[in-house]
Amino acid sequence: METIYQTSVSAVLIVEVAILTLLVVCAIAMVRMRQLFGVAMLSGIYSLLSAGFFVTLDAVDVAFTEAAVGAGISTVLILSGIAMTAKREKAVSRRRALLPRVITGVVGASLIYATIDMPHYGDPNSPANAYLGRAYIEATPNDIEVPNLVTAVLASYRGYDTLGETVVVFTAGLACLLLIGSSAVRGGGGDGRDQPEEDEA
Amino acid sequence: MMGHLILRVTIKILFAPILLYALYVQFHGDYGPGGGFQAGVILASAFILHALGFGLKRCQRVIPPSWLPVGMALGVLIYAGVGLYTMLLGANFLDYDIIQPDSHHHAGQHIGIIAVELGVGLAVAATMLQIFYAFAGREPEPSDDAW
Repeated sequence: METIYQTSVSAVLIVEVAILTLLVVCAIAMVRMRQLFGVAMLSGIYSLLSAGFFVTLDAVDVAFTEAAVGAGISTVLILSGIAMTAKREKAVSRRRALLPRVITGVVGASLIYATIDMPHYGDPNSPANAYLGRAYIEATPNDIEVPNLVTAVLASYRGYDTLGETVVVFTAGLACLLLIGSSAVRGGGGDGRDQPEEDEA
Repeated sequence: MMGHLILRVTIKILFAPILLYALYVQFHGDYGPGGGFQAGVILASAFILHALGFGLKRCQRVIPPSWLPVGMALGVLIYAGVGLYTMLLGANFLDYDIIQPDSHHHAGQHIGIIAVELGVGLAVAATMLQIFYAFAGREPEPSDDAW
């Protein structure tokens, strides 16, 4: 049984090690950098590397979302946020940085400790693959007949959950509109229609 | 004003293919990776890219800010409306099979999935663009050498 999911030193493994190394390098560079523009760029690179890593794990749908949202939209939003605030991060005294460092260290150590209990990658007997996952894989060709299992699970089996997620996205947009939308800033200026149009054609 | 010539030419070349790709991801979600959420983000990113290169004003002339809350709500309502429609036909909420009950290849499931993915795509695209408008519309646009 042991040999089934044992990976030999292959091209995929080299790619995985390279991506994970770059992720760690990227994270350390983000922590050490004070120039926020560079941090925003690095976070975009970090997301793109994560997307590449998800592809090596055969999670193309997740990789797709990570590349579009993490590397694309988030970077633009962070840059828009930086445009409103300072361009550089202020240095923090060592005493104030102590507690956050301890908390981060403890949380990180416990996360690494938790991975020891996780099943091996691709283990067919892991709880996620053995019961519900297998049931979906077996039932989708008869129930739904769409080739992409992810879509079948998201939109049909778990359609109710996805409706909830759509409402969450809607709520996020609504909150942004209410908090920092143009009507919230310029004293009830509506939705920007009363702004002077400088470059009217 | 005429700075970033290379960026602007690139954006002009890429704009239409990005829109096309968003539609492909939207309607090909049954067969390949992707779906409404990714398609909505890609669609919004095309307009955000244009706004970054050519200014927010020109983007808002194509998609006025007042449309976006409507799009957000409409997307959610399309999704929930499919669920209500299946209830009206006598099945459970979001039980798509009732849409085409006599089909041998589960056409109801296909129609239902396409419809709810359309709702997700519309809601996500409108929300992403709304958030970008909210951020970018606050301050006067930074000058080219502000970074």
